Amino acid sequence: MVNLKINNTPMSVKEGTTILNAAKQYNIKIPTLCNYPELHINSECRVCVVEIEGRKGLVTSCSTQVQEGMHIITNSPRVINARKTITELILSNHDANCNACAKNMSCELQNLSNILGIDQARFPSVLKLQPIDDNNPSLVRNPNRCIKCGRCIDVCKSVQSVNVLEIMGRGQSMQITPAFGRYLSDDFCTFCGQCSSVCPVGAILEKDETDKVWKAMHDESKRVMIQVAPAVRVSLGEELGMAQGSIVTGKIVHALKLLGFDDVFDTDFTADLTIIEEGNELIHRVTNGGVLPMMTSCCPGWVSFAETYYPEVLPNISSCKSPQQMFGALAKTYYAEKLGINPNDLYVVSVMPCTAKKYEAQRPEMRVDGKNQDVDVVLTVRELGKMIKQMGINFDSLEDMPFDNPFGITTGAAAIFGATGGVMEAALRTVYEVVNKKPLENINLTDVRGLEGIKEATVNLGGTDVKVAVAHTLANARIICEQIKAGTSPYAFIEIMTCPGGCIGGGGQPYGTTTAVRQKRLEALYTVDGVMKIRKSHENPSIVKIYEDYLVKPLGEKSHHLLHTHYHKRHHDKSPKEKNVMATY
Amino acid sequence: MTEMKVISKRFGKINPVSVEEYSSMGGFAGLKKALYMERISIIEEVEKSYLRGRGGAGFPTHIKMMGLAKETNTPKYIICNADEGEPGNFKDRNIMEKDPLAIIEGMTITAFATGATEGYIYIRGEYQAAMRTMFEALENARKANYLGQNIFKTNFNFDIRIRSGAGSYVCGEEFALIESIEGRPGRTRVKPPFPTQKGVFNQPTMISNVETYANIPVIITMGGSEFRKVGTPSSAGTKLICLSGNTNNKGVFEIPFGVPIRQVIDEFGGGIKNNRKIKMVQLGGACGPIIPEYMLDMKIDYERFEEFESKTGAGAIIVMDDRFDIFEIILKTIHFFEHESCGKCVPCREGHKQLELLIRKFRDKQATMKDLDSLESLARVMHQTSLCGLGQTSPTAIISSLRYFRDDYIDRIDHPVNL
Repeated sequence: MVNLKINNTPMSVKEGTTILNAAKQYNIKIPTLCNYPELHINSECRVCVVEIEGRKGLVTSCSTQVQEGMHIITNSPRVINARKTITELILSNHDANCNACAKNMSCELQNLSNILGIDQARFPSVLKLQPIDDNNPSLVRNPNRCIKCGRCIDVCKSVQSVNVLEIMGRGQSMQITPAFGRYLSDDFCTFCGQCSSVCPVGAILEKDETDKVWKAMHDESKRVMIQVAPAVRVSLGEELGMAQGSIVTGKIVHALKLLGFDDVFDTDFTADLTIIEEGNELIHRVTNGGVLPMMTSCCPGWVSFAETYYPEVLPNISSCKSPQQMFGALAKTYYAEKLGINPNDLYVVSVMPCTAKKYEAQRPEMRVDGKNQDVDVVLTVRELGKMIKQMGINFDSLEDMPFDNPFGITTGAAAIFGATGGVMEAALRTVYEVVNKKPLENINLTDVRGLEGIKEATVNLGGTDVKVAVAHTLANARIICEQIKAGTSPYAFIEIMTCPGGCIGGGGQPYGTTTAVRQKRLEALYTVDGVMKIRKSHENPSIVKIYEDYLVKPLGEKSHHLLHTHYHKRHHDKSPKEKNVMATY
Repeated sequence: MTEMKVISKRFGKINPVSVEEYSSMGGFAGLKKALYMERISIIEEVEKSYLRGRGGAGFPTHIKMMGLAKETNTPKYIICNADEGEPGNFKDRNIMEKDPLAIIEGMTITAFATGATEGYIYIRGEYQAAMRTMFEALENARKANYLGQNIFKTNFNFDIRIRSGAGSYVCGEEFALIESIEGRPGRTRVKPPFPTQKGVFNQPTMISNVETYANIPVIITMGGSEFRKVGTPSSAGTKLICLSGNTNNKGVFEIPFGVPIRQVIDEFGGGIKNNRKIKMVQLGGACGPIIPEYMLDMKIDYERFEEFESKTGAGAIIVMDDRFDIFEIILKTIHFFEHESCGKCVPCREGHKQLELLIRKFRDKQATMKDLDSLESLARVMHQTSLCGLGQTSPTAIISSLRYFRDDYIDRIDHPVNL
């Protein structure tokens, strides 16, 4: 233990603790900006400077470790002035048109200026306006708001191993951009949106599509339906001021009804359907000598990662569409037929914890009629939160309402799709019983739960022990893919999710997602699972019924047409697009 | 007074790349002696000599050597910082072009003492001639077995490779230089860990200036205590001074520490051209302080320079006569740093532009009292909070001129309300 004093408060902390964390332990707040839990410390913003008695310069508390006998002052006039000056400097090269920014009121720079009491622009603005990159379905990168904190680079590099964003140029013309100032879409971006979730300002945002939804809702000729992804029910509350990990399933349905959606359905239904199809595909591959290990396909970030970086593993990926797209396909066929209306008059919206889902919905493979998107618009949790606020709905006090039918009866297995390991657990609950023809004794497969990067488990299927693995983050996916490429993968079935923690840590989730928050959302999802009456997908009566009524049998012809897809190697788009085609400010 | 030629004793007298001619003038005596010494006693000799880094910061060399020697992680690296980008400095270039084998010898002794096996000389991109000389010298040293495997039939192996950047100033900063050697853009890293703990390729690394390494063979040959007899208590030995500006003579001169600046200007510089008056002198380079004529009796000495909190010790003396406007000089300086900032940390990236705008106001006589406050506060904040030496030392010209030329600032204020 190291003994020191911060602002005259004596304290004793573990050796190796940074000044920032020591202060935190004793409830002393030091403002920060570039610092983000879980990411590397890069000390670039210099906002967290403090004074150490006896030293001439100031030190950054995020990177300086405590030493015995140190006396630290976090709020001397010199420190306050430095912090203020630094923040004013950031503002001098930032498009601070706060009222016209989606990050208004949730911006960390705004908050910092407020804490520091900055009430005037001491330094004149030197901002040179740059074109905005919105040439992709998921994300909008606005370099004019970028404060060069480097969080997005770090998350893209160290968490996702995708390395799309880098520093270009130096001095004041330094920029954070894809290589050579290209579009994100030209540079192998997987659209996971983790950059948008860690950006302290509004420099990388999801592409806002709420307008399209409002427009469809006011269009008399359209029947507008919405599907709600599993992970949304444990995070939307947070976006609307409730506690982290609040379970708000019934409130979401109520709010969506108030917003004016004609049908409110649950993606959990098609998650159950995915399990039936994917489970049968796995059994089929195992018994017929198909390509193994089989890998899950519900995560569009992962699919596009594999298509760009590991085309070798594309045959390993299950041909099942993701639950979102299975829903879209069924809505535009089965449900439209059932209602007796033209599928083009059906407007399918989904609310997802994800920015890559926006990209997935636009993929050419995801159109059953070959022309129109099955899912018309994808909203992130943050966008839906915004819509609910716009409508003046007091979300917290809403009564619970049930989902509409036929896509409303779901299972616990589907709910846990939102957590890393959830798809695996759900699949094993079904595959075990189908293959072994006896009930699974312990339905909670805790081996595949939790936030560890790569998890392994062994299950006995038909007398043989089968190894399975679960990975989240693309850096871990890379490890798994390298094993497969080298032919050393010991697994039969692998679940991969792009975002840390799975969908509960998705790029479209409320801001400020950290390990602690992920943990709360995870626990909430397992609570949802635990209290469900039906917890295995194959026991879902609606699923049984849809096969009887429409799909006939798993992996059947109809399934093949509606619920399965194929993948392509993603080529780098070499066409030199001129900068001036980008939307200018 | 004449020059005290210790480092520069072979300058112009030998073929710089010839091992024979270098040896005939005392070359490689230090290495031959060192190879039969205990490793620790080599470092102790350096400690006795109290050699301090000649790159400007003046960090005691033996502490770095000890730090590296203590590390158990191998391989260890020795880097010679020859990225002499500071305006007004050209001494390292002189050593490289006129006595490159002294640097090689110094690095080899340091490597032997610290257990390092690989070395790099990082030469400024613009120094093409120095690079060629250095390359030849390395080849010749290798042929003569002063480098490579089993140097002098001992089991000591060491070799040096040349690396170069594209001419970015900030690559002279130790971590930016290391990043550049690794093939990445020159941007500094967060300290700690320091280079001796985790340097190039994350291995223990000692990085020092060209002139520092050139001093090592001298110290080993003559002994640390003998070396320390020259100079002042805080600064032992001799120093290469780069004299430039409006003096009659310009160039590199070697002097013992403790000589007053005025003496250098008068005796080596031969006074000011056209007998004009000295308006100001900038010490160390663009990142150094600007001092007025009346301070020129100050001695060249690390301790004396410490009050400027800048890399004054590099040895440049830039003399400017009374035709020059101080604000033009500062503006040029700040513009230089604005261009050379890597952009990683906020104070340096955004601060220089604002300093430039403020200084411009003073130059154009449009400043206010408030601007004076802003300038002073901003310069200090940059000095205290920047991530690396660039942003920490670049405002020195402003901070020092605010101290010694305050009247010039007040003169430029439009309607000063209160003085």
